[in-house]
Amino acid sequence: MALILELAGQALQMAIVVVIAPLLVGISRKVKARLLRRIGPPVLQPYFDIWKLMHKEMVLAHNASWIYRVAPYVVFAVTWVAAALVPTYCTNLLFSWSADLIVIVALMGTARFALALAGMDVGTAFGGIGASREMLIASLAEPAMLLIVFTIALVAGTTQLSTIAELFTHSPVGLRVSLGLGLLALVCVAIAENARIPIDNPATHLELTMVHEAMVLEYSGRHLAMIEAAAALKLVLYFSLIICLFFPFGIATFDRSLGALLIGVMAYLVKMVVLAVLLPIGETSVAKMRVFRYPIFLGSAFAAAALAVFLLFVSRGF
Amino acid sequence: MDTIGFDIAHLLSGGMLVLSLLLLFQTRIIAVINVFALQAIVLALSVAWQAYLQQAPHLMVTAAIALIVKGLIIPFALQRIVRRLDIHREVETVIAAGPTMLAGLALVALSILLLQPSEGSVLTREDLAFALAVILLGLLMMITRRNAVTQIIGFMSLENGLILAATGSRGMPLVVEISVAFSILIAFVVFGIFVFRIRERFDTVDVAAIDRFRGERREHL
Amino acid sequence: MPAVAGLACVAALFAIGLVAVAIGRSRAGTTVVYGASLLVSAIVLLFALTHLILASPPASVTLPLGLPWIGAHFRIDALAAFFLIIVNLGGAIASIYALGYGAHEASPLRVLPFYPAFLGAMNLVVLADDAFVFLLSWEFMSLVSWGMVVAHHRVAANVRAGYIYLVMASFGTLCLFLAFGVLAGTGGQYSFAAMRAGQLTPALALIAGTLTLIGAGSKAGIVPLHVWLPLAHPAAPGHVSALLSGVMTKVGVYGFIRVVFDLIGEPTPYAGLIVAAIGGITAALGVLYALMQHDLKRLLAYHTVENIGIIFIGLGLALAFRANGIEWAAALALAAALFHVFNHSVFKSLLFFGAGSVLMATGERDMEHLGGLIHRMPHTAFAFLIGCMAISALPPLNGFVSEWLTFQAILVSPQLPQWGLKLVIPAVGALLALSAALAAACFVKAFGVTFLGRARSNAAQAAHEVDQFQRVAMFVLVTLCILAGIFPGFVIDALAPVTRALVGGTMPQQAFLPWLSVVPIVASRSSYNGLLILLFLVGSATLTAAIIHRFATRATRRSPIWDCGFPLASPVAQYTSSSFAMPIRRVFGASVFRVREQLDMPPPGAMRAGHFQVRVFDPAWFAIYGPIARSVRSTGIFLNRIQFLTIRSYLTLVFGALVVLLLVVAAWR
Repeated sequence: MALILELAGQALQMAIVVVIAPLLVGISRKVKARLLRRIGPPVLQPYFDIWKLMHKEMVLAHNASWIYRVAPYVVFAVTWVAAALVPTYCTNLLFSWSADLIVIVALMGTARFALALAGMDVGTAFGGIGASREMLIASLAEPAMLLIVFTIALVAGTTQLSTIAELFTHSPVGLRVSLGLGLLALVCVAIAENARIPIDNPATHLELTMVHEAMVLEYSGRHLAMIEAAAALKLVLYFSLIICLFFPFGIATFDRSLGALLIGVMAYLVKMVVLAVLLPIGETSVAKMRVFRYPIFLGSAFAAAALAVFLLFVSRGF
Repeated sequence: MDTIGFDIAHLLSGGMLVLSLLLLFQTRIIAVINVFALQAIVLALSVAWQAYLQQAPHLMVTAAIALIVKGLIIPFALQRIVRRLDIHREVETVIAAGPTMLAGLALVALSILLLQPSEGSVLTREDLAFALAVILLGLLMMITRRNAVTQIIGFMSLENGLILAATGSRGMPLVVEISVAFSILIAFVVFGIFVFRIRERFDTVDVAAIDRFRGERREHL
Repeated sequence: MPAVAGLACVAALFAIGLVAVAIGRSRAGTTVVYGASLLVSAIVLLFALTHLILASPPASVTLPLGLPWIGAHFRIDALAAFFLIIVNLGGAIASIYALGYGAHEASPLRVLPFYPAFLGAMNLVVLADDAFVFLLSWEFMSLVSWGMVVAHHRVAANVRAGYIYLVMASFGTLCLFLAFGVLAGTGGQYSFAAMRAGQLTPALALIAGTLTLIGAGSKAGIVPLHVWLPLAHPAAPGHVSALLSGVMTKVGVYGFIRVVFDLIGEPTPYAGLIVAAIGGITAALGVLYALMQHDLKRLLAYHTVENIGIIFIGLGLALAFRANGIEWAAALALAAALFHVFNHSVFKSLLFFGAGSVLMATGERDMEHLGGLIHRMPHTAFAFLIGCMAISALPPLNGFVSEWLTFQAILVSPQLPQWGLKLVIPAVGALLALSAALAAACFVKAFGVTFLGRARSNAAQAAHEVDQFQRVAMFVLVTLCILAGIFPGFVIDALAPVTRALVGGTMPQQAFLPWLSVVPIVASRSSYNGLLILLFLVGSATLTAAIIHRFATRATRRSPIWDCGFPLASPVAQYTSSSFAMPIRRVFGASVFRVREQLDMPPPGAMRAGHFQVRVFDPAWFAIYGPIARSVRSTGIFLNRIQFLTIRSYLTLVFGALVVLLLVVAAWR
């Protein structure tokens, strides 16, 4: 019985992330449209888009290989698993220990690898340009991400997300400029990884600076639906990561009563919506960067994370 | 020492260090001046907090000086200079941003490495490490920037680091502070005149132009 | 396993090499030689596996060979058993591959006799238990592998590669020779047992360690001693490239571990820092150079440099932890390094086999002339893809596990008391993360340009799948990549005797943890479960596909490429290997490479073609080897004068030398 409940808890988490993913995209699109004094599409539009794409005929290039056809499912599945392993409403779910923070970051690498290969598969210039730039961004973001992990591990003494969330909920860690810097760095990395402004523009298809959209240019129909859903899930993943690492308040930890779980779910949803509103505000206040400015952007994330590590060394005075 | 006091001191001096690194990142002169003003304000807060912690009211004077002179007057004056001289808005660097950043981080690591094993209370040690890092970053800024205005800011950021170090170590006589502040003001005036002179004579504030007149650098710039 | 059995197998391998000289010309000769090598390697592999898993006590034997009164010492302990597994696993599978690949060799007599001898020599290095045997077999290993590097000696580049290899190998052996000299001390203790017992002063230990790092490191390929590696490894035939890159570099690692961990006594913490920092730099530079290559085999060879760097990061951390008496962390770092040794030998062999198959099917090594091979060679493409994913450290494959363990060891570094280590090791971690991400970029490029897209040449258009031996060899390795990725706990447990012997600690036992997780320190700190991740991935992908196929339309139409409505029909318009690497070249080019871009753009109206050329230089050449070569040359020219002196002058020289030496002796006393 206990096992079934545990499994149900894990399944609930998998369901939550996949269900709210298009909603968050819808909210941030709506907010962005309002900021630009447009009416904007309905908040539920991403759901309709995915449903519509699923029922459209799929067009495959003549020389598309099996990689092209498998990649959307792989990307979606990997992103889904990674997103479902980040504690959202409750810590220490049944399988939460099967991956720590580093594994989740690496899983995103698997998804990226599959998508980049799919971009190269048909043999077009756009696919190649997107794949090449995506890998560049990833390789610039990865060192920053490792130092963020290092910062967190220094404060919490662990890389297990559940343990970190429990620790930060129950014991005050004090005013730490390093955690602030780590948050800043993680936000930069999340923006880059999710192909948002100023790194990439998710709303454009006809710009030579596009990255993610260039990779998936050839996709259509149900494959495109999968890729759009995976992109939304990736956003959920990074939002959940930010929430779990820096704002875990309200998450159900040792108290597994129904009330605590409900509070956990509500707190999670509210925090997600707040982030989904903040994202377009940030996006509308900056301009898209040139490709060769990316190193500066991600370099500043790296510097922030490195500084966070240094400051922790000093302040803890090991 | 109470933890909150420690945490806030840590926050403020850490914030100064962050702003020092941020100075290295800026690509526009106006932004550099603004970040410098912010750093001076954080310095003032930090000194004021030290004054409260150490029960040393005379440090409040230092804080006030930092706030008024460096946080308000000098940035304002510099902005005026930049506008009146119509200086090129972009920061001209000698070394690319990436290597500069890595060098800056390495300097921070070096200062922590140097001061960590030293004796003394945690607070002092930490402030000294931060202060040394701020000083080194100011120097780095001076050597990696071409423009005289950004060099001045680098110099003053260095001086911020000196004040941070001085206030961290249990009260420095006020006389010294005032003299330091005045020397900085004088240096600022000197630099200001210097800038005008360069402008008059060579029609640029790029110090490389002076080198060219001294015949030191013959290659193109 | 008694060491005698190992020696018998080595003797058998040497005998096969001799027989090969006789029968090498015949068609059946190839099969016999590779078949016999496979058999012998498999036997040693089995012996070594049982030795390691049963954690048998070390066994040694002394043969009355070699130097008189000293004899030749051999010994098999846990470390040797582990590296015997690496050598013979690689050897056995390369032999399977060669059963197919070797049949196409133009001049088999240039490869066949050397191949078993090479395997035998590598086994002998691992088994050696005195400096004399070690150096002799080390040098023999270099020589026979040189023979195979220059097998295709009509290609000028191969001869040059062979020459550089020979010079670097001799230099490396010289350094090792001196290191053993320092270790042996004035007593001239040649046997490892005596060296182990002896105590060195810290200064001498430092000298011996540095010399070993240079000597063994040049064989393994640490920067800047790597320059021979990307030249020599691709020059050899496919299966030999795999052995050189996947196995022989590991013998170099073995040499380093044997001397530094086993023979030299207690390390200083900063020695660990130096090794880890060199490892970090090697990893990042190796992968950056690899990204700039468009020759598939050379790309793989440069990538070996990266992986050696990762291994050395682990080794350096292990040294630092051991010096501070943190045994469990040292065991973690060492196990990570050894696990990566195993992983790299598996997937690098796999990738070189794939590259060899591509070379055989198309005659091309240059990726700019390949493309679309996934349609022509589906099995090779699949195997190569798994290899690419494994080497890019993607979960749930094996490469990820060892890099994850290395990261875990890095995360323990704040517990070190030395401030220099605390501050530098996070930077090493950042370099490791950078190289892992760049490795993924590199292999997206390698796989994408070679196997995906459209064929860029007629040869690629006409390619065909390779024979079953080659495919079997590749798929055995694919299976190993997956198994080691989802059951890493068994590998870690098997490494326990090695870490216990070398750093005095072990990682927690993994085999009986629930759900077969990997827990490097304690479960509340970090854990990873490759099996569950794989099951989750398969489960959710299947579920998604089922839902999609249930609810979505299945209508599918094949059409030409869209490409924003403006497709260029020519396959040349695809993204090439150089264009893929261009952003990374721009970002890192200024500081890491010396990139020369030449653009020849005809003026408007001119009818000639424009021309763009990019040349990337490995800075190690002009920063280190260029000056050395020039100074050798000028010294040579200077010394050349001595050839034409009178007798009297010669006598003066001899006399002068004698007096100087006597003065030295007088000053010494």
